[in-house]
Amino acid sequence: MGRVSGTLETQAEISAEIGELDGTPGEQPRLDYPPYRSSLLRHPTKSLQHADPETVELWAPCFGQRDVGAAEADLTIQHSGEPIGERIVVSGRILDGDGRPVAHQLVEVWQANAGGRYIHRRDQHPAPLDPNFTGVGRCLTDADGSYRFKTIKPGPYPWRNHLNAWRPAHIHFSLFGTDFTQRLVTQMYFPGDPLFPLDPIYQSITDQKARDRLVALYDHDLTMPEYATGYRWDVVLTGSHRTWTETEEGTS
Amino acid sequence: MTTPGQTVGPFFHDALPYVGGSDLVPPGSAGAVRLHGHVLDGAGDPVPDALLEIWQPDPDGNVVRESGSLRRDGWTFTGWGRAATDPTGYYSFSTLRPGGPDPFWAVTVFARGLTNRLFTRAYLAETDSPFLAGLDPERRGTLIATPDRHGFVFDVRLQGDRETVFLSFPRHRGAD
Repeated sequence: MGRVSGTLETQAEISAEIGELDGTPGEQPRLDYPPYRSSLLRHPTKSLQHADPETVELWAPCFGQRDVGAAEADLTIQHSGEPIGERIVVSGRILDGDGRPVAHQLVEVWQANAGGRYIHRRDQHPAPLDPNFTGVGRCLTDADGSYRFKTIKPGPYPWRNHLNAWRPAHIHFSLFGTDFTQRLVTQMYFPGDPLFPLDPIYQSITDQKARDRLVALYDHDLTMPEYATGYRWDVVLTGSHRTWTETEEGTS
Repeated sequence: MTTPGQTVGPFFHDALPYVGGSDLVPPGSAGAVRLHGHVLDGAGDPVPDALLEIWQPDPDGNVVRESGSLRRDGWTFTGWGRAATDPTGYYSFSTLRPGGPDPFWAVTVFARGLTNRLFTRAYLAETDSPFLAGLDPERRGTLIATPDRHGFVFDVRLQGDRETVFLSFPRHRGAD
């Protein structure tokens, strides 16, 4: 990063590196994934230490109505006017590794606008900012683990991992489970994006079936007549380490 | 079939950090301690775009079940906080000492360039915890916070000679 464009690797070079690692088994992204150049000095080189969760790690922080306003789930109403772009609904369920819904838990999202520009001060992509779009939202899941956001379909955008590097359109998601150990930050993508094979972040998950789980499905049942198209994306966190009681099953 | 993680990327600052996020208790209030340090890469350079979250029991060792972390009222201890690193890779929390046997702060680390979150622990002191005892003695110290005037210093080294010990839990196996 920070090199002049003349010394950046080409997409062909990066794609060759992606190809060498593709198909390596693993449900999670590889921490050591050289095609994503910013990872070179930032990935641990030693194996993760096996640990049994201790008391506090068997629980996750609580969030409630006090933390999140109902309007925060609609990214299209945060300013005086309508944001530009394709209005969409994104909805799904958060489940843990045993199929239990993650109820009343915090979901946070952030994304670029329709032109592929983040409001972030470090985003230098010369696409227009939209004065009616911040691209940040939150909600709490319902009792059945479901969440729902209204937003604008984000655009793809260039970055400087290599020459002519473009990120497929995505929405960042931050999720909590019922255990501290289930914390997840990830990205949701849109079906059929031609940039998938070229993107070292998406491809850092080297198992095709695993990375497919980050791609939302178009769902006509979520589409709102004359208002917005709908995408469904369900999330499965890792399993809980807690011994669940019937009371917990009933209330959570 | 677990949903894989992805990097937090460089553009999380308008979404994840929030006012009061790193002050679990007001700085300087009764019992407040500071947990602070730097996040460093494999060259020893600061990581200015990392995000740390801490989760801890109260000083009596109880797991906290209080909401309100995102809109703190100044009186309720929620046990959870979030801090982004500054341009020098520095982060700082104002919080209470975690209680219970072998107390530690449970820590989650996110950063641009880090493809998935990392879990670690910041212990208040070296104890006879079976977990600490089972670690390579050369690396054990990376999980022990160093006391200073107002609290504790805990540096996170993502890579290198003194790389922090990062954790995987049983239900991650096969998934990490």
